[in-house]
Amino acid sequence: MTTTTPFSSIQLPAPAPLLTRGGWSAFIVALIVVCAVAPVLNLWVPAGSPLHLSDYAVALLGKIMCYAICALAMDLIWGYTGILSLGHGLFFALGGYVMGMYLMRQIGRDGNYQSELPDFMVFLDWKELPWHWALSDSFFATLVLVVAVPGTVAFVFGYFAFRSRIKGVYFSIITQAMTYAAMLLFFRNETGFGGNNGFTDFKRILGQPIATPTMRMLLFVLTGLALLGFFLLGRWLVRSKFGRVLQAVRDAETRVMFSGYSPLPYKLTIWTISAMMCGVAGALYVPQVGIINPGEMSAANSIEIAVWAAVGGRATLIGPIVGAFIVNGAKSWLTVTAPEFWLYFLGALFIAVTLFLPNGVVGLLRRPRKAAATAVIEDATTANTASLRKEEGAAP
Amino acid sequence: MTPDLMEEGVRRVGGAEAPAPQGQTASGGRAAGFSRVAVPGEVDVTHGRILYLEDVHVSFDGFKAINGLNLDIAPGELRCIIGPNGAGKTTMMDIITGKTRPDRGTVFFGSTIDLLRHNEPQIAALGIGRKFQKPTVFEQLTVFENLELALKTHKGVASSMFFRLDSAQSDRLAEVLRTIHLAHQPARPAGELSHGQKQWLEIGMLLMQDPKLLLLDEPVAGMTDDETARTAELFLSLKGQHSLMVVEHDMSFIRTISEKVTVLCDGAVLAEGTLDEVQGDERVIEVYLGR
Repeated sequence: MTTTTPFSSIQLPAPAPLLTRGGWSAFIVALIVVCAVAPVLNLWVPAGSPLHLSDYAVALLGKIMCYAICALAMDLIWGYTGILSLGHGLFFALGGYVMGMYLMRQIGRDGNYQSELPDFMVFLDWKELPWHWALSDSFFATLVLVVAVPGTVAFVFGYFAFRSRIKGVYFSIITQAMTYAAMLLFFRNETGFGGNNGFTDFKRILGQPIATPTMRMLLFVLTGLALLGFFLLGRWLVRSKFGRVLQAVRDAETRVMFSGYSPLPYKLTIWTISAMMCGVAGALYVPQVGIINPGEMSAANSIEIAVWAAVGGRATLIGPIVGAFIVNGAKSWLTVTAPEFWLYFLGALFIAVTLFLPNGVVGLLRRPRKAAATAVIEDATTANTASLRKEEGAAP
Repeated sequence: MTPDLMEEGVRRVGGAEAPAPQGQTASGGRAAGFSRVAVPGEVDVTHGRILYLEDVHVSFDGFKAINGLNLDIAPGELRCIIGPNGAGKTTMMDIITGKTRPDRGTVFFGSTIDLLRHNEPQIAALGIGRKFQKPTVFEQLTVFENLELALKTHKGVASSMFFRLDSAQSDRLAEVLRTIHLAHQPARPAGELSHGQKQWLEIGMLLMQDPKLLLLDEPVAGMTDDETARTAELFLSLKGQHSLMVVEHDMSFIRTISEKVTVLCDGAVLAEGTLDEVQGDERVIEVYLGR
């Protein structure tokens, strides 16, 4: 700041840091837990010890972290941009299917029919790989396609939907129809995706056996790193001016246009990024769970992603991650103890959050702090300005 | 070679005997036929008009909202538009800013830019700012962030991702904060502001865009008398560097700021002149008081 400008007395707010000091501490703790604590407790602490992390827990947490990535992706498009997608399950499944195709090829001749082709193709009496399996032997191509396939589908779909200015509930319904249509397509045997059985019975990944404790732990760590990485990416996006334009689109899209911004590229960018994140989550999910089938594209799955984000707290980034853990933790517990009540519980939870916690669980924790901060602003302004005092004096 | 350069060359070669440029008009432009180079995105006001509407028609489901509207505005002019409800004031602004397409007619910004070929963001980038009837600010963002978004700069995705305020922009932002009397609370969420302050913030966002033409739809609605007086002061200070088109119902406010008033009725211009002239016009009285 130069002292010559007449306006140097006005303090402009500084740009927000990527993470606060406390935020970085929490981030590093999470990093250590994922990369060091969990592997040690699972692999080196003996099974009888109370500190031992069971294989079941590792599998469950790995799965939930994949879901948390989806919830984070949903938060970017719904919480920040105000576009409710009910089709994110499709992008998750597409990433999963790309990875599944690679894993099917890795089975080699160890399938039931001892053929070069995947079992379901032998069953259908196919003699060679269909064209869309051409790149499935290459791990590198698979990594690219995991983001490229959901990204391309989202880009094309989003371009036409946003260009036609389809908004609100209409957009949600169309995304729901999109994932449903894709599910029907993948259910068919002749499309070459294994029909209603999907892909399963995986044996190897990169030539290494897939079902060993070490491999399971490796996938767990990779998933954790992906989640933490996407969280940082999300933070970087929403605290940039790009992120503020997204929030502006959510709050008053016409004002955004009359300020000289074209909303289409903004919506399309965040929509595509969001879909790619789901694709990565799906690709990490499939080798850990060991199966992918068209059920992942069902309408209910996509809706559940929105529920995680809503329960945790929209437009907070950390909220949807918390929400994914709360809802899925409750799910794995309730479906064992009282399976018939799970869906009632989920419905009640969604209603309760909508009615009483519009900002989700995280909003509940943040409310007192925000109120305090607002009070400070009020104090400062009333103390400083004559104009405000005047207004308050005129009011009664 | 442009005509200007040719003239310049003649002047240099011929010294003082060079003929004076011919065909100049009062507004400083040249007569038709003396071609100038059109610079894309640059507003050409040499014909003395920054906004030009001719024979514009719009109908919604048979209802003629705009019916043969002719209107033009000079650079630096402050024009007030009045008219009864349904006269087509807001629809006219919708047409100018690209929100509504007219059925037929001509809408030009300067003498070279056909506004009907552009969409809303492009028109905003060309230099037409608009304030809505209902104050429209980004409620979840702070006052500072609202102004920063409106700042005139590259508005693409990549430049927004890597955007940082430079010191000239910070100064401009601080200046606008002071102009709109919100300098003491830049970090306050816009949603917490009073109605009048939101109006001011929206006007401030327009100023950040640095538009050549401002369209202001009922800018003092819901303001206190004090705020209204300050708004009038602000508009008068903007006049000259910017062109303003103000739609208002508050006659005392119009009396304070206006030089020329246009009365719209049933989608066309009914009368034009000073406030006293139009208030004395028989037809205007009839429209306002009923027939």
